[in-house]
Amino acid sequence: MKRLLLAALLAGTVFSATSAALAADVSQYIPLPTYRVGAYASSGELWWAGERDYFRYINEVEGGVEGVKLNYEEFETEWSPDRTVEVYERVKAGKDGSPLAFFFTHGTPATYALLEKAAADKIPLIDPAGGKTETVDGTVFPYAFPLLFSYYSQASTGINYIASKVGGFDKLKGLKIATVYHDSAYGRASQPAIDLLAKKYGFENIQIPVADPGNEQSPQWRQVREQKPDWVFLRTWGVSTVVAIKTAQRFGFPADHIIGDVWAGSESDVIPAGKAAIGYSALAPYPGGTDFDIHKRLKAEILDKGKSDLRDQKLFGAVNYNVGLVNAALAVEALRTGYKHFGARPLNGEEGRWAFEHLTIDDARLKQIGFEGLLQPIKITPFDHEGGGAARIQSWDGQKWVLKTDWIKADHELLNPLIKDGAAAYAKEHGITPRTPEAETN
Amino acid sequence: MSEIDLPIAAPTIDKVGLRAVGLAAIALPVLAGPFLASEYWINAIIVPFLILSLAGLGLNLLTGYAGQLSLGAGAFMMVGAYATFSLQLRVPDLPLPLALVVSGLIAAALGLAFGIPSTRIKGFYLIVSTLAAQFFFEWLFLKFPWFYDGNSSATIALPRGLTVFGLNAETPHGRYYLTLGTVLLVTLLSFNLVRSQTGRNWMATRDMDTAAAVIGVPVVRAKLQAFAVSSFILGIAGALWAFAYLGSASVQSFGLSRSYQILFIIIIGGLGTIRGAYLGAAFVSLLPLALDWLFQHLFSGHVDAGLLQNIQKGIFGLLIMWFLIKEPEGLARLLGVKLPARRRLFPSSQT
Amino acid sequence: MSMFLETLIGGLLAGTMYSMVAIGFVLIYKASGVFNYAQGSILLFAALTFVSLTDQGVPAFGAIALTIALLVLMAITIERLLLRPLTNRSPMTLFMATLGLSYLVEAVAQGTMGSQVRALDLGIDDLPIFLGDIMISQFDLVAAGVALTLGIALSLLFNRTRIGIQLRGVADDTRAALSLGIDINRIWQIVWAVAGIVGLVAGLLWGARQGVQFSLSLVVLKALPVLIIGGFTSIAGAILGGLIVGASESLAETYIGPFLGGGITPWFAYALALVFLFIRPAGLFGERQIERV
Repeated sequence: MKRLLLAALLAGTVFSATSAALAADVSQYIPLPTYRVGAYASSGELWWAGERDYFRYINEVEGGVEGVKLNYEEFETEWSPDRTVEVYERVKAGKDGSPLAFFFTHGTPATYALLEKAAADKIPLIDPAGGKTETVDGTVFPYAFPLLFSYYSQASTGINYIASKVGGFDKLKGLKIATVYHDSAYGRASQPAIDLLAKKYGFENIQIPVADPGNEQSPQWRQVREQKPDWVFLRTWGVSTVVAIKTAQRFGFPADHIIGDVWAGSESDVIPAGKAAIGYSALAPYPGGTDFDIHKRLKAEILDKGKSDLRDQKLFGAVNYNVGLVNAALAVEALRTGYKHFGARPLNGEEGRWAFEHLTIDDARLKQIGFEGLLQPIKITPFDHEGGGAARIQSWDGQKWVLKTDWIKADHELLNPLIKDGAAAYAKEHGITPRTPEAETN
Repeated sequence: MSEIDLPIAAPTIDKVGLRAVGLAAIALPVLAGPFLASEYWINAIIVPFLILSLAGLGLNLLTGYAGQLSLGAGAFMMVGAYATFSLQLRVPDLPLPLALVVSGLIAAALGLAFGIPSTRIKGFYLIVSTLAAQFFFEWLFLKFPWFYDGNSSATIALPRGLTVFGLNAETPHGRYYLTLGTVLLVTLLSFNLVRSQTGRNWMATRDMDTAAAVIGVPVVRAKLQAFAVSSFILGIAGALWAFAYLGSASVQSFGLSRSYQILFIIIIGGLGTIRGAYLGAAFVSLLPLALDWLFQHLFSGHVDAGLLQNIQKGIFGLLIMWFLIKEPEGLARLLGVKLPARRRLFPSSQT
Repeated sequence: MSMFLETLIGGLLAGTMYSMVAIGFVLIYKASGVFNYAQGSILLFAALTFVSLTDQGVPAFGAIALTIALLVLMAITIERLLLRPLTNRSPMTLFMATLGLSYLVEAVAQGTMGSQVRALDLGIDDLPIFLGDIMISQFDLVAAGVALTLGIALSLLFNRTRIGIQLRGVADDTRAALSLGIDINRIWQIVWAVAGIVGLVAGLLWGARQGVQFSLSLVVLKALPVLIIGGFTSIAGAILGGLIVGASESLAETYIGPFLGGGITPWFAYALALVFLFIRPAGLFGERQIERV
């Protein structure tokens, strides 16, 4: 009897020891569809460096997230949504015993392409400052997370900033605001919001498309010169931004009256434009620079130890590098939320959704992780998959980006009905019954 | 004494027998495939491979058989995809297989229209007509919200998913059999077509159209037929690519690089052969994956990731050039020479 | 009216930027019958090499000399390893081979010199000049001047020098040229090198305008309709074709675009080229081929 008890006890310890070892051994799998080749590699290269450096920092300095190591792996897509779908299929079952908690799409077209697949597979798609705007409504789109700053918010924050420059919202009346945009679904995504804002504030809304790739824009800027707008909102991407800034100068439109959106506001957009870009400003949910606490930590632990993924250390703190840092931090904090709730082991997609939907990063937490000023306070709920909706404004002085403002919030009261309507229309078209998160228990 | 009889009697029996055995040998794994392969293999490798083969076949009829160079394969795939979407959305009573056929016909009509310049323009200059189609359709389907039903992401997805006569084909196996069935059917039709008078006219036009016209081959009709048939197949391939493989698509899925990819397929596989399309599609879709896999296992973590990706791309470019130099007639020829015994199994090797 | 004139002049000047890219194609097509899709990648490679060298502190003239040396080396390698084995293959095979080549050149350029966008300052400010009401870009004027000079210099090279006459011999009748003892491989090497240098000039001008970055390789798509309109074999045709494409594209975007929702430039040039082809199937200056049965 005694021996039996002993044996059972022994077996019990062995069993629990091995299962504990298993849980600690299995690291959370994070696939990264990347583009280091082709036309968008200039932004991509820095973005992945930021993500990889932060993940490495978490793994090597902090010992993982709540003890769970992150296992990240890259897949080249050349920014093609089709190839991102192939990568998604390849990784959706997870790897080495770890399921997939979420999938970074790293591009709006890829998010569009995966929207329905991921919803069926129950894998959250994470696309901060991108994605499909209606997916902010998590009751219809449980598995899409356009975190931080939706395209509607971009339009609204831009207009708010213009209002502050001209001396109040009442001064917007009668102004002409032209949007020069990349002629694609991405470029047009902010139009409904601008239409609404134009109606509300009484400014004239001029929309001017630029066809891809946009390396010759004289007709567009001649049109700008003809119509004489007071401000230009620039929603281009890649080479079309550089050409826009240069062509604006040629047609005598002042750079300090052009406001770029998130994806038109990195160093690669302004450096090639040379002097023409001085005074140009851009919306910055991801401000550039190295003056943030996290940069000091990374410099000491990663860069100075030769562990950084950056090829050229001069680019440390570039806007696109900081995009990577912020996105990686969002993922890490969401996983942390999940591990605290479900236990420290790799999460699956449904648990990943729960984790993201309960992600809160307040000012105190931002200080702790060293992201104060670099990331806005975030609170995601099942009803709000954006969770932030603010950006700072940064302006290019010829050498570096200079932050001009603190976080400027978008007008969510105005935008929410638009998002709700869009989501409801989608739900109706696809036969989705919006869920009621209040009733959910877990 | 039977030893003497055998060689004479055997061929007739053997031929039929071997064919049957051969067909069965191919058919069994093909039909049982989904149960042997993982979901990833079906979704991300086999289904796209089959669809690319179909597209390659479509272009091969035009470029390989009729000799009309086209850089607009992507455009007609795009037409097929958007037409299928529109039909499924606006004519909900039309079952998916019929919608595919009608979409193919729409693509054929447009292909015919863009093929009209071929009656006047020859050789290399013809690429302008096909490139015009490529850029025009990219613009058209993005510009007018009607084509994607005005949704904010400008992507198209089937409103009711993949359903074939009430059966749900949304599973990996469903996608596989839908794709496979279509590909087999089209391949069979193509076989018969290229051996018919039409096919012979195409080849005469390809080999020398002035001469063909002199001896009474209806060159203009042959060229236009080739454009229409090729676009028909490409249209169906495009619809499958969008809905059986990707699930949803946008014009980006059918950009210029897609057109190049299809052209690569037929040149590497072998111009003017049916099986070339399959071999080329296998090469083009598997090689990048194989390179990726190889590099991940050999160098991951040791070499800068950006450099690694560029090396892969460079190797892909090099292999294409190497193939063009070493195998002027493509993989189809390579396989035919290396495996003479198998020639008898494949009726296709005669074409 | 001044708006129309300004659009027209702006378009014509922008068109010379297309011409410069197209000239590179014409040279190679004329000599070796290859439609060299890799011309865009070579243009990118040349501009990127130049910028990388100047970033390292190499003076501009040294950087140009070094880049040209590299381009010559590249031309010789391409001829030896790619063109020679592919002699007498169909134009389609040659075209596909240059597509493969473009992958390789792009990979080498991005792999060795990085993918960051580089600024390139040629010291020409892109400021407006006003002629009455009409605004003209100073940069475009300089670019047009360079294109014209380049066109004239190349025409002289091919019409007045021994190499040029040999080249025309090769282009007219390869077999006859061979039997006369012309070293055809040598001619190919020279032509590819010259095309590379033309690519460098075009790459520098385009690079100054939009930054030296990967999308430079996409300018080939702009050059194609230019080639079709001007003919594949004529330098004068390339220049005229560029002017026609530039002007009509600019006018179309301004006057037709608004009725179609804008953004029509990518296909408009091709549609125009199609119309031209119907009228003149071998381009404005192309040589009409007479087929014998």
